[in-house]
Amino acid sequence: MSEAPLIAALLAAATVRGAAPLVLAALGGLFAERSGIVDIGLEGKMLASAFAAAATAAVTGSAWAGVAAGVAAAVALALAHGFACITHHGNQVVSGMALNITVSGLTAVLGNAWFQQGGQTPLLGGGGRFAPIQLPGASALAAVPGLGLLYREVVSGHNVLVYAAAAAVPVVAWLVARTRFGLRLRAVGESPGAVDTAGISVAGLRYRALVAGGVLCGLSGAYLSIAHNAAFIRDMSAGKGYLALAALIFGQWRPLPTLGACLLFAFADVAQTRLQGTPLPGVGVVPVQLVQALPYVLTVALLGGFVGRAVAPRAIGVPYVKER
Amino acid sequence: MSPAWPTRARWRQLAPALLPALNLTLALALSAVVILVVGEHPLRALRLLATGAFGSAEALGYTLYYATNFVFTGLAVAVAFHAGLFNIGAEGQASIAGLGVALLCLGAGGWPTPLVVVAAILVAGAFGAGWAFVPAWLQARRGSHVVITTIMFNFIASAVMTHLLVNVLIKPGQQSPETREFDANTWLPQLHEVARGLGVDIGRSPLNLSALVALAAGALVWCYLWHTRWGYELRVLGHNEAAAVYGGIAPARVVIVAMSISGALAGLVSLNEVMGVQHRLLMNFAGGAGYVGIAVALMGRNHPAGIGLAAILFGALYQGGTELSFDMPALTRDMVVVIQGLIILVCGALEHALRRPLEALVGRAPAAERA
Repeated sequence: MSEAPLIAALLAAATVRGAAPLVLAALGGLFAERSGIVDIGLEGKMLASAFAAAATAAVTGSAWAGVAAGVAAAVALALAHGFACITHHGNQVVSGMALNITVSGLTAVLGNAWFQQGGQTPLLGGGGRFAPIQLPGASALAAVPGLGLLYREVVSGHNVLVYAAAAAVPVVAWLVARTRFGLRLRAVGESPGAVDTAGISVAGLRYRALVAGGVLCGLSGAYLSIAHNAAFIRDMSAGKGYLALAALIFGQWRPLPTLGACLLFAFADVAQTRLQGTPLPGVGVVPVQLVQALPYVLTVALLGGFVGRAVAPRAIGVPYVKER
Repeated sequence: MSPAWPTRARWRQLAPALLPALNLTLALALSAVVILVVGEHPLRALRLLATGAFGSAEALGYTLYYATNFVFTGLAVAVAFHAGLFNIGAEGQASIAGLGVALLCLGAGGWPTPLVVVAAILVAGAFGAGWAFVPAWLQARRGSHVVITTIMFNFIASAVMTHLLVNVLIKPGQQSPETREFDANTWLPQLHEVARGLGVDIGRSPLNLSALVALAAGALVWCYLWHTRWGYELRVLGHNEAAAVYGGIAPARVVIVAMSISGALAGLVSLNEVMGVQHRLLMNFAGGAGYVGIAVALMGRNHPAGIGLAAILFGALYQGGTELSFDMPALTRDMVVVIQGLIILVCGALEHALRRPLEALVGRAPAAERA
């Protein structure tokens, strides 16, 4: 019986760690989508950044250089997306999917050519990856029942990018709801014509939104390869970008509900790992392969069943063409 | 407007064909940069690729065998596109259809081959359509975005297939997750065998009867989209949903029908792979064909004739890419994925980028021709 709180705490900690990349990517997507640009390319940006971060960290031995490279890769892709969708009024879903497919091939080709490990990057050690941080007071609070356990296992002991993800939620919420940039961002996603009439550049705003999204997405990808894992593995984003996008939609394009959706998806993933091989009442042991599909099934069920019709930013997906 | 000179008018007539060609060249130029970065010679790679794809009768057979898959998935994506939908789920629809075809073939040991073929076409279509139906229904009735749900259904299909192949359908006493080989009467005839029966040698390749099914599918899609009421409704919805509703078209029904047809077409990939070549059910037999279909549809301007040409191009990339990776180990099969992605980017998302310079060069096409 005494083990139950510990197990619960460990599950919660695993959920937090699993949610971090989703939160960062979803908040990145929030900038793009609130500005009126569909961001299905989250997956590709994550994967590119994971590769760039791991490759750079492997060569330089510095995790911070890795993060910088990851962010640069994601921002570059965001700019390519903007070039196609904003400057040339291209189809945003097609552009995003094109980038996803290109990155999935490119990371494998470059990884194979540079490191000759079947598309993987060398295992990182020491300064090449972010280690868990023990927050001050973890040992002092250890004796306090309940709180001590919660603080030690769930709040403390994560790497720096998890805390970055946690900090990003209020920061993004404040930026979008309380600043001039946020007001304009929301306006350009609802009614770009009005923004244009007010003398503000629609394209400029949308590019800025994409770059901001790229930075967050870069952190998310770097988290996968140099914080959560210790190397880049082929296609390691494994649909997390799409899950983040689903979380964003499920969260109605708002930071706090999106955080909730990310935690839910992460918990589903933790639960599926734990459920493997455990008999369920009435069903028996569910085969591993089917349990692994749980987060995806959950996504479909949530999008179809609970959200109802999600109210997207009104101008989303529509290229803005100035009247002539 | 400057006066249209005869030469410019001539170029203008060619513009619809010129633009995809220009876009393709740009995409290949970008791919060449990647090849340079990896440290290989792009022109030598291109030559190896072309010889690998068209250098012999066998090579051409392989190219057309891959192209068969891409015709099916390209048509699948195009039908959905005409209705304003983006079906990214062709991969999953194809693999679930493969399950249906495999179950049929495993149970049809004593049937005459023509009956098996007809039944397999129906089963592949039904399973593919069924797997596309759920995302379609969710989009039409619940408003959940078909792009995300079809992607999720790809993951779910992969999980279901892995489970069935590892735990249920696997041939007993065997390590690799695949079914037993089907009985020979359920195999699709290989075209080189048919040709040899007629006294012609076209070289050994996996090209089989499904290539003809692909041609027929292209013709049927063309008739359906441009010469039936239902096809008209589908295209109206894709152009302008408000106009469609005003014209008395029920969007939800058209969305479901379009996605089901799309899924059925994607499902036919299993004829080529499962019945025609492997003669057993393997994991991931679709091999990315569902994603290639997006590029094929975009390159082919969503028209069956264009899709046929684009499918041959991508068939050549797949076949030539395999040969290429033997000679240049640095360029793995993933290079083909890169080229594919760049083609989608340039021909799909950036299709307007080169239009304006081209129009400046040869003049604008009249509005009626531009549609």
